[in-house]
Amino acid sequence: MKRQPLLHPGLNLGSTDEYSHDVSEPIIFGFWVFLMADLVLFAILFATYASMSVQGQAGGPTPIDVFDLPSAFIETMLLLTSSITFGMASLALKYKADSLHLVFWLVLTFCLGAGFIGMELRDFWVMIQQGAVPQRSGFLSSFFLLVATHGIHVTAGLFWMLVLLLQLRVFGRTTEVKLRLMRLALFWHMLDIVWVCIFTFVYLFGVAQ
Amino acid sequence: MTAESSFSLLGILTAQDISFVHTFEHPGMSEFIDASAGGVMVMGGIIVIALLTYYRGWHALWCDWLTSVDHKKVGIMYIVVAFVMLARAIIEGVLMRYQQSIAVNDPGILSPDHFGQLFSTHGSIMIFFVAMPFVTGMMNYIMPQQIGARDVSFPLLNAISLWLTAAGAALVMISLVVGKFSTGGWTAYPPYTGIEFSPGEGVDYWIWSISLASIGSTLTGLNFATTIYKNRAPGMTLFRMPLFCWTSLCTSILMIFAMAPLTIATLMLALDRYAGFHFFTNDLGGNMMNYANLFWLFGHPEVYILILPAFGVFSEVISTFSGKTIYGYKSLVIATMSIAVLSFTVWLHHFFTMGQGANVNVIFGIATMLIGVPTGVKVYDWLLTMVRGRIRLTTAMLFSVMFLVTFVIGGLTGVILANPPVDFAVHNSLFLVAHFHNMVIPGVLFGMIAGYQFWFPKAFGFRLAERWGKVSFWCWSFGFYLTFMPLYVLGLMGAMRRTVEWFRPEYLGWLQVSFVGALLLFSGFLFLCVQLVVSIRQRDQRRVPAGDPWDGRSLEWSNSSPPPEYNFAVIPDVTGQDAFTRIKQQGQAYASPIAYEDIVVPKNSIVAPVIGIAAIMFGFALVWHIWWLVVFSFVCMWGAVIARSFVTETERVIPASKVRADHEAWLQQVRECATTPREQENTSVNVGRAEVLT
Repeated sequence: MKRQPLLHPGLNLGSTDEYSHDVSEPIIFGFWVFLMADLVLFAILFATYASMSVQGQAGGPTPIDVFDLPSAFIETMLLLTSSITFGMASLALKYKADSLHLVFWLVLTFCLGAGFIGMELRDFWVMIQQGAVPQRSGFLSSFFLLVATHGIHVTAGLFWMLVLLLQLRVFGRTTEVKLRLMRLALFWHMLDIVWVCIFTFVYLFGVAQ
Repeated sequence: MTAESSFSLLGILTAQDISFVHTFEHPGMSEFIDASAGGVMVMGGIIVIALLTYYRGWHALWCDWLTSVDHKKVGIMYIVVAFVMLARAIIEGVLMRYQQSIAVNDPGILSPDHFGQLFSTHGSIMIFFVAMPFVTGMMNYIMPQQIGARDVSFPLLNAISLWLTAAGAALVMISLVVGKFSTGGWTAYPPYTGIEFSPGEGVDYWIWSISLASIGSTLTGLNFATTIYKNRAPGMTLFRMPLFCWTSLCTSILMIFAMAPLTIATLMLALDRYAGFHFFTNDLGGNMMNYANLFWLFGHPEVYILILPAFGVFSEVISTFSGKTIYGYKSLVIATMSIAVLSFTVWLHHFFTMGQGANVNVIFGIATMLIGVPTGVKVYDWLLTMVRGRIRLTTAMLFSVMFLVTFVIGGLTGVILANPPVDFAVHNSLFLVAHFHNMVIPGVLFGMIAGYQFWFPKAFGFRLAERWGKVSFWCWSFGFYLTFMPLYVLGLMGAMRRTVEWFRPEYLGWLQVSFVGALLLFSGFLFLCVQLVVSIRQRDQRRVPAGDPWDGRSLEWSNSSPPPEYNFAVIPDVTGQDAFTRIKQQGQAYASPIAYEDIVVPKNSIVAPVIGIAAIMFGFALVWHIWWLVVFSFVCMWGAVIARSFVTETERVIPASKVRADHEAWLQQVRECATTPREQENTSVNVGRAEVLT
């Protein structure tokens, strides 16, 4: 099989349609740049958390006291699985002529993402019940800001997915809709990577200490 | 009161917050000045509305400008915002200099609180709503034309950036009439700006206006970086780009990386203030130093975000008005990149005195001094460009030369301040104020004025009046030295910044000299306005339809003035540096292209104005705790984005026949134009076709 040149980072839809590719290249590239700016934002939240999680406890609850590791593990699995299902959606977008597979994988991804958000909100609720509110200490302030910023990103991704499902129905698989799906995929995978960092540096390190 | 008062349609806003009402109830000199400023702003708004209505300009304003996504119009609108805000901030500067010059053993005319608002708005406006929009507007207008592109990569996003920035500016303006602005300086250090010590709405105005502007700038950065990486004309390799494009690229990269810390810092401060979080509070684990680090992690690259595009302008201006290729092109590119990288390694020098160990200070002190090296390279390159050039001292060139001299002095005082022991002695004094004005006025403002003089004929089709430009130049130059050199002396005498009243009579003379300088600076601004009015009146003798009034070297001079909305009828093929000079020397300028194609341009869109107006409401509602409006405006903003994604007809096609007709007509006009020798470029002989010397 002849290897097609990669026009832009990530999954290329195949270099059969030159005009579409001329249009898509800067769009996908620009989105990568946006993701980078977004990652800077997360990097700063991580740095803040790193400086406050130990020194900002103010005699209040410590990470071991408030983190529910099994729940965080289930959340991790949900989100990682949703990344796989979105990967399947991307492949369906490229190789399947009908939209049925695509919609199936997208809906599955949506359910997993919604499950993740549901679990996360439950975790927050349990913490708040225990008195571990963000107003309690610098550690909890930075924890809630970091994890909730990720959560808000995932929620935005879910809304985006709904809009795109609607657009698939209204417009079918036009170039615009395909490009949007590809960008959502990139966004979704990035959030996965961020979550892996949160699970590692916030939850695992927090409980290990 | 009953539970009803806890929910109010207007949040915590009351009649007493309107500055006119407040002044009526508590009359005093300071309040009177506050109300007058508000009154001038409201009157200005009413006059603009009246004029628009009288001249039936609403339709044109809406269709040709506000909804436009053309990068040239967006750029001009950015610069208009910058000029309006400059008028306010410069008057505030003069007022502060007046207060200090009369406030030796005397309370002066301003209350301490009002003075605090003045230095906070002056700094915030000058950085975020004068320098940033001026720089962004300049890049918007020029950069796509220089790389041979028809627009930026994301035209609508560009318009949204403009509107977000304008919304931030609007919030600062609203604070003049409704409520008060922050008194925490442009850096807004907590815990002073925390809810405990600044309970009013002032800091909230600062937070939301800055947040909107910072998001706008992030979007600008990614848009311009993508444009430069992906939209260059064939043959326009990175190392053939004009230096202004290189500096734009570095600035865009800095925006992508450096705006996020500011967004996060303001968000955390907002959470502290609104929701009782403990990021920067004194108690419960908050740590103010985190704010200082985050703010300057943004703040120092910000200095270079502003100054690099000005460096680009100077490179273009000096090269053009010396009639020579820029000296040391590659070294300038490397120096620009080095500055961009180093700018992330020096943020700590803004708070040497705030508790780090000596070794940490030393590292950052050395890194700070290192930045002087690439900057020095640039200064020598500019000097060597002028050596043996045929120099024409136009207004733009005068500003560039004055920049070189003045900026070097400022750089030297910067190296002094980079020494932690010296910094301990003079930090927070007027010495520091003198230093950064010594960098930013020549480094940014002179650059932007030079660029404005240089490219004005490109944007509007007629040259500015040189005589008034030069009058303005001398006012700016003398004004700068008279205002800020005394501040160095005062700083060394121990005068601290942001002081409303003095008790040492020996300061008096220096402060008075400084006030006279401030008046000169203000007259420099007025003469720029005079220049604009005079030039508009004489526009028919000043027209440059052929588009190349200065014997320009880069591609933007190869099209008409003003350029068509698609910039280039046919995308040029670039064969080397100084693309247009090459084309002219090969005798291929103004040749008819072989074939024309249909050109696709983006349609106007109301999405950007909708988002901008919703953003103003969003910020205002957050400041005054009007929660229903917060939700409503938030939904409007995102609703507009989602609704836009269902619009499929976002572009329109200009048929090749129309492009051909317009372009050939222009070419015919150019061929009939007489060429201008350089000696006559400021006379009416100059219609924009340069004499080519081979």
